[in-house]
Amino acid sequence: MASLITCPHCGVRPKEEFAVRGDASRGRPEPMDSDETWHDYVYVRVNPRGRTFEHWHHVAGCRRFLVVERDTATHEVYSVVDAAEFARRVER
Amino acid sequence: MRYSAFSLVRNALSGNLNWKPQWRQPQPKPHYDVIIVGGGGHGLSTAYYLAKEFGVKNVAVLEKGYLGSGNVGRNTTIVRSNYMLPGNEPFYEFSMKLWEGLEQDLNYNVMLSQRGVIMLYHSDAQRDAYIRRGNAMWMEGVAAELIEREQLKKMIPFLNYDHARYPILGGLLQRRAGTARHDAVAWGYARGADRHGVDIIEHCEVTGIRRENGVVTGVETTKGFIGCGKLALAAAGNSSRVGEMADLKLPLESHVLQAFVTEGLKPCIDHVIVYGGGHFYISQSDKGGLVFGAEIDGYSSYAQRGNLATAEHVMEEGVTMIPGLSRVRVLRAWGGVMDMSMDGSPIIDRTSIDNLYLNCGWCYGGFKATPASGYCFAHLIARNDTHPVARALRLDRFARGYAVDEAGAGPQPNLH
Repeated sequence: MASLITCPHCGVRPKEEFAVRGDASRGRPEPMDSDETWHDYVYVRVNPRGRTFEHWHHVAGCRRFLVVERDTATHEVYSVVDAAEFARRVER
Repeated sequence: MRYSAFSLVRNALSGNLNWKPQWRQPQPKPHYDVIIVGGGGHGLSTAYYLAKEFGVKNVAVLEKGYLGSGNVGRNTTIVRSNYMLPGNEPFYEFSMKLWEGLEQDLNYNVMLSQRGVIMLYHSDAQRDAYIRRGNAMWMEGVAAELIEREQLKKMIPFLNYDHARYPILGGLLQRRAGTARHDAVAWGYARGADRHGVDIIEHCEVTGIRRENGVVTGVETTKGFIGCGKLALAAAGNSSRVGEMADLKLPLESHVLQAFVTEGLKPCIDHVIVYGGGHFYISQSDKGGLVFGAEIDGYSSYAQRGNLATAEHVMEEGVTMIPGLSRVRVLRAWGGVMDMSMDGSPIIDRTSIDNLYLNCGWCYGGFKATPASGYCFAHLIARNDTHPVARALRLDRFARGYAVDEAGAGPQPNLH
C-alpha cells in the first residue's frame, strides 16, 4: 500500500491517518427499494483485483470522507477526491 | 508406501534412495465426476474425504501454483475450537476432533501439538466475556478453563502482568488446542487423496467456467478444457475472481494478513498465547522460531505482502505483552490473502447453479478448519445435503438475517 495519500483538503499525509470504510462504487439505495437491492448494497462486494474506488475517512485530519481510487494488486493510488465531489460526479 | 518406523529404518539403511514421491504428477483426464478448484488445505482435504468417506474417487484438484503455495503455507498454524456462537462452535469442535485423529487417519506426521491456547483478559468486563465464552464452549461439550492471575503467573511467568493500560488479570484456556505443522497438513492430505485415486494437477490455472443450460459442464484451464459432473470452488482469497467466472455475487472482500517468524530460540513459550488488548497471537515452532501475527492490514488487497505500519503495530502489541520479545530478531514476514466474509464466518454451500458448490469466507480462521471444512464440503458435494455442523454456514444467511457474527462488527470485513 502506498504510504502517502494526497488529501484534497490537507495535502500529502501518511496513510495511517485514514480509516478505510470500503467500496464506494455503489450508491446507497432508496429507503423503499427492494430487500434484494439492500442486501446487495450491504453484503455483496465486487471485490475487484485491480482498480477500485473506496471511501476513506481522514480521521486524523480534516475528518472528511474521501474517495480513493487505487489498485488492489499493485497498491498504486490514482486519485483522491472528496466524497461529496465524487457523488456529484457520479450524478452527472 | 505406508509410513512406519520399519519403513524409516529400511529406507535409512538403503541410503534414502528408495523413497517414492508422495503424490503423482498426472496429466488431466478429459472428464471428472468432481473438479475442485484450489489445491490448498481445504481443496485437498475435500478431495481426500470425498474419496475416502463418500466413495467419490474420480476427482481432480486443480491448483494454479504449486501445491500448498497459498494460505495453507502462510498461516500461524494454530488449531483451536474456542468459539462462542452456536453456529460456529460445533463446526470447529468437529474440526478439533478430526485433528486429534488426523495423523493416524492420514498415516502422516502433521506434528499436532496440543499445547493449549490461552486468551488473556485485561479487565473485569473482558473476564465476564471470557466466562461467557467458556460457558458457551461447555454447552457444546468443549472443555474451557478460566485461569486466574496467580495461577497464570506460575504457568507463564514472562508476561507483562502490571502494564498500566492492559494489566493481565488472567486468561481462558483450551488445553486441547495447539498447533500443527501447516505444510505437512497440505502434503498429508495430498498424499492421502492421491492414494485414493484423486488427480492433483499443479500449475493448472482455471481461466473460465463453461456452462450449458444453466449447469456447469467443465472448466477452461491453462492445460485445456476439462469436463466435470460437479464443480467445487475452494479458492480462498481468489474466490471472488473464480466466482465471477460463473457470475456469482459473493459477500467477500480480500484482505492481506501478515505473519512473522523470529530467529530460532531455545524452548521458551510453551503455549499459544493470545493477547486480549489487541489481536496478537504467538507460539513457538519446533525449530525454535517464534511465530506470531495480529490484525489484517485494513484495506482490501490481492498482494501477498503487507505494510510496514502494520508490522510495527504487531511488534508493539507483542512487546506490550512480552517485554522480552524486544530482544528477539525477526527473520521473515509474509502476507496471505484472506477471503474476509461479511460476518467473519465461513461459507460452505450450494450456489444458484445446480452443480456448482462453494467453500469460502475463511477470514483468518481457515487453517484450524481444514479437516472439518473438507469433510463438510465433501458431504455437501457427494450427498447434495448440508452436514449438520455446517448448517449455519449457508450463503443465503445474510439475506435471511442469520449472520454468524462472532466479533459483532457487522458487514465491515476490515473489522473482523
